[in-house]
Amino acid sequence: MTTVHDHTATIPAPKMSPPALYEDLTKLLDLISQDQKHSSASASTVDVLWVLYDRILRVGPSSCADPDRDRFVLSKGHGPAAYYAVLAAKGFISPDLLPALGAFESPLGHHPDRQLIPGVEISSGSLGHGLPIAVGMAIGLRIQDRPEPRVFCLLGDGELEEGSNHEALWLAAVLGLSALTVIVVDNRSASVGWPAGVAAPFAAAGWEVERVGAHDRGALELALRRRPGSRPGLVVAEAAEPEMPA
Amino acid sequence: MRQRFVDELGRLLDEDARVVVVLAAISVGLFDAARARHPQRVVDVGIREQSLLGVAAGLAHVGLRPVAHTFAPFLLERPFEQLKLDLCHQGLGATLVSVGASYDFPEYGTSHFCPEDVALLDTLPGIEVHVPGHPDEAATLLRHAVAGSGVGYVRLSESANSEAVPTAPGRMRILRSGELGSVIAVGPMLDPVLAAVEGMDLTVIYANTVRPWDRETVLGSLGRPAVAVVEPYQEGTSVEVINEALGHVPHRILGLGVGRRDLHRYGRRAEHDRAHGLDPASLRIALSHFFGVGEPVP
Repeated sequence: MTTVHDHTATIPAPKMSPPALYEDLTKLLDLISQDQKHSSASASTVDVLWVLYDRILRVGPSSCADPDRDRFVLSKGHGPAAYYAVLAAKGFISPDLLPALGAFESPLGHHPDRQLIPGVEISSGSLGHGLPIAVGMAIGLRIQDRPEPRVFCLLGDGELEEGSNHEALWLAAVLGLSALTVIVVDNRSASVGWPAGVAAPFAAAGWEVERVGAHDRGALELALRRRPGSRPGLVVAEAAEPEMPA
Repeated sequence: MRQRFVDELGRLLDEDARVVVVLAAISVGLFDAARARHPQRVVDVGIREQSLLGVAAGLAHVGLRPVAHTFAPFLLERPFEQLKLDLCHQGLGATLVSVGASYDFPEYGTSHFCPEDVALLDTLPGIEVHVPGHPDEAATLLRHAVAGSGVGYVRLSESANSEAVPTAPGRMRILRSGELGSVIAVGPMLDPVLAAVEGMDLTVIYANTVRPWDRETVLGSLGRPAVAVVEPYQEGTSVEVINEALGHVPHRILGLGVGRRDLHRYGRRAEHDRAHGLDPASLRIALSHFFGVGEPVP
């Protein structure tokens, strides 16, 4: 049998009340070591993550196991400083954990581990694993006749090169998984690149596609709030240049 | 055995609303009846084996009990990282059921052979491995695997013994006792082994669950510490677990199974059995030699 080691029991509960303000993210990111804080992967996703956890996702520290919660699948697991800062801001983890990111005794690694961090839906790191799992979640929620929960999956434009994404995005389209919304943060990091744009394979498969700026929180909220009727949705969050959060 | 698996899985779909069948274009037609009854819970992802396991993980994540099925190499080898990360590392459970075994369809060639499967699964922690030797055992072991919560592998085969051996899932069964040592026959190797050891004074143990290894039964029946294991997959796969079990006592082990050489051959199963020394006559020679039975060795 697969043994699930529940390390979460050893994680201290958040001591301070969650700041829950966007402006507090900078303070939380300051707790994290310089290398991680300044990673462009983290900077490009911080607003998407904030909007999701602040405005969109129906999940909180007390509803991490609620079968009707929304799921957020961080497929692009690298550069997770912004993710950890948002989880701390929203009370999933204590800000006290942030300084030791990457240490042997820390539950926070350079790729998140779902068995170590409350609220983290998947352990990631190897690229191209999140979307097929998210597709399985959306199929499973449909089987269970749970029409409410949505499944969000965040990918990077570089990660999109992995073939597993292309298996899964066509499958999601064929199955009409309208509970599924993919966010591709496009910071032009793909080594080979997408001459036709990162949305092209999704559009070809029949996904609903929207494009917004990766740091335009108002536009991100509108795009992420809209739930397509009968097909999966793609939101391309365009980040022209790696930059630090405000 | 595959048809029996399909029928039993259809019954499990009827009985347990958590059970979901995930297919990748293989055996889809066999599930027509089950699909008609449970259109939502028989999911064909098409020829997308990375999605086969990724989707299974997602289904398990929301509390369902997926059964993923295709040819062994496409179930385990092609999406090995999905098995390692999406299921094992995430701590998500699924039952994986393969067809094709080591060379069940020899006319398809090496691409469809998977003698490496059990050895490969040994590199990951905690996977239960079942090797039914008869359709009845396949049904019982499938049911046992689906009732669990972890990752289980059921290795179906076109080869089968003439009779099912009743076993408690997870336990081996001592079929007879002898003085010269023990031979462990795994799954469909039982009939060839029984034919091979005819007249030899050996303990014969039958195993249709090989991980976790039932060391109690093996140790409890051990007389002379000489153990041969005859497996229908890669030779020597279980030598290490036997070695561990017998670590406290000087012992000898022989591991017989499918050789590592790529034969580049088609033909029939019996021809591959002979090529790998797994037919009764070849087994008799190897076992006589190992146990020092007074048989003329040509």
